[in-house]
Amino acid sequence: MSDVILELEDLHTHFFTDSGEIPAVDGVSFKVHKGEVVGVVGESGCGKSVTSLSIMQLVPSPPGKIVSGQINFKGENLAQATEKRMRQVRGNEISMIFQEPMTSLDPLYTIGNQLIEAIRMHRKMSKKEAKRKAIDMLNLVGIPRPSEVVDEYPHQLSGGMRQRVMIAMAMSCDPEVLIADEPTTALDVTIQAQILDLMRGLNKEHNTGILLITHDLGIVAEMCDRVVVMYAGQVVEEGSVREILKDPKHPYTKGLIRSLPKIHEKEQKLYSIPGTVPKVSMEHVGCRFAPRCEYTFDRCFSDDPELYETDVERRSRCFLYDDNEEQEAGSHVESDLRS
Amino acid sequence: MSNPILEVNNLKKYFDVKGGVFGRKVGEVKAVDDVTFTVNEGEILGIVGESGCGKSTTGKALLRLIEPTEGEVKFEDQDITQLDDESMRKLRRDMQIIFQDPYASLNPRHTVEKIVGEPLFVHGMKSSEERKKRVKELLEVVGLRPFHASRYPHQFSGGQRQRIGIARALANNPKLIICDEPVSALDVSVQSQILNLMSDLRDEFNLTYIFIAHDLSVVKHISDRVGVMYLGKLVELADKDELYENPKHPYTQALLSAVPVADPDVIGDRVILEGDVPSPSNPPTGCPFHTRCPVAMDVCSEVIPEFKEDSDQHYVACHLYD
Repeated sequence: MSDVILELEDLHTHFFTDSGEIPAVDGVSFKVHKGEVVGVVGESGCGKSVTSLSIMQLVPSPPGKIVSGQINFKGENLAQATEKRMRQVRGNEISMIFQEPMTSLDPLYTIGNQLIEAIRMHRKMSKKEAKRKAIDMLNLVGIPRPSEVVDEYPHQLSGGMRQRVMIAMAMSCDPEVLIADEPTTALDVTIQAQILDLMRGLNKEHNTGILLITHDLGIVAEMCDRVVVMYAGQVVEEGSVREILKDPKHPYTKGLIRSLPKIHEKEQKLYSIPGTVPKVSMEHVGCRFAPRCEYTFDRCFSDDPELYETDVERRSRCFLYDDNEEQEAGSHVESDLRS
Repeated sequence: MSNPILEVNNLKKYFDVKGGVFGRKVGEVKAVDDVTFTVNEGEILGIVGESGCGKSTTGKALLRLIEPTEGEVKFEDQDITQLDDESMRKLRRDMQIIFQDPYASLNPRHTVEKIVGEPLFVHGMKSSEERKKRVKELLEVVGLRPFHASRYPHQFSGGQRQRIGIARALANNPKLIICDEPVSALDVSVQSQILNLMSDLRDEFNLTYIFIAHDLSVVKHISDRVGVMYLGKLVELADKDELYENPKHPYTQALLSAVPVADPDVIGDRVILEGDVPSPSNPPTGCPFHTRCPVAMDVCSEVIPEFKEDSDQHYVACHLYD
């Protein structure tokens, strides 16, 4: 494995609201290596977006706050970095693209203006040079007639084109890590295929590490090297893309994969996980998934499971994989799981 | 099975584009352009397509929630486009709709009892006792609890709200339900619950659905037959297994290959389409797809291909099959 470029260690981001403290990100740890594509998957409200915003220190504050934990980026803890330092990092060393290409571009400035601003913020370049660079970037992301588009406004472009502009902006300073928060959710499938293809190309050519946040396991299968599955603010499972999709360990991941309608298979009845995603609170005791889990035993409701190492680079937050758990109970449920 | 409940012939919906100082008509958007299909009793017809292809407009035009510009919609052999308002309102007992956004389609100021009970009241169940009873029954049918009747929509999650929407659609024992993206706003684990509920209800009440969605795997899962729309036109229609295994139209082929599959072993040959969907206010001449089609021929830019049966029950609009 190549060098770790970004490492989250026990990150806690909480929201302090009128109705109490909400641990939206509750002890998240994972690593991104150089040139690696890491997927973060989970359903709405699982904390995947807050995790990515925390890395960039973009969590709206108040009410949000990084309470504890470390975000190590090239030997520096970004969780403690000053706003001044963060401005150097954002868009330069780590950049981010958002879900909604419509709202993430300023409607009052031309595409060129916005790109040039980003470039001149971080690079010593004259306006002319920056404009040339902007056109090069637009060309790189496959925008037709880039020298004209550079003088157009966002409303003149389609959704797919706007997302390409966002990617051009994000890539313009050659970042080491690109955070993509649901980059294709607002796009149609044929356009999504174009954007994913583009991102894969950039990853290969520039060796950019990508943190891809998505709820779509299909995108994960196509794009990622490793996957982190989140549920209710915690990482519940981590492993390579093949391991996660072919041999999921955590009951939540199993359920999630089984409840997807498969395009290549025939089946009568879809599996569904009973219940809904719970609201997280500070007082919660026991496994977050226990109320919806079919393999629960007493301990699930009284103790918090840790992330147990099940294999090399493979972890699962479930007592079934705790070596200290009585062998009997474990093997009993294990055989259930297989059948 | 082969008893048609709904026949749609040459349905068109053009929206006028007004402009200039006097607000004169300067053009039109052909949202739905000459769509023809039939729906059989008890079947689920899926309609897929990308945003702006006219699938939702088709769904609404079938119920005359949007007045069609031209064409015929025959429900149980009666052309409903000719009906007056009063008869149309009576007919809506049999034709219902479930909307996409469970947050926007329920009145936040009404209790669930009022929301689900309103169609009952409108269609003649005037006794509030009877309505209460029926609402409770309906809530149980869709997997909610009778005590939920006194709550307001904001007290429910997205999946539960969609269940309320389904209960409301079921209230008057309809024959046909148009489902306009009913699960697109929901998370995967909740989506599968709603899909299962919908297919159970179909079996229980012998319903017919027109299921409109953009997610090809969802449509495949629930439908019996599937139609594919592009730029206001139906380009292909076939039995679902036939369509997914043997897609004939180049657009369907590209669409199917573009879907990411959650299985690292299935890496198919991907057809990546160039460019964007053209604007429906200025559609290309000839075949609407020829600007992006990887196998376009000269004839494609000139002649609109006819939508016709190529093999058994497999309809396609493409010059490759002339």
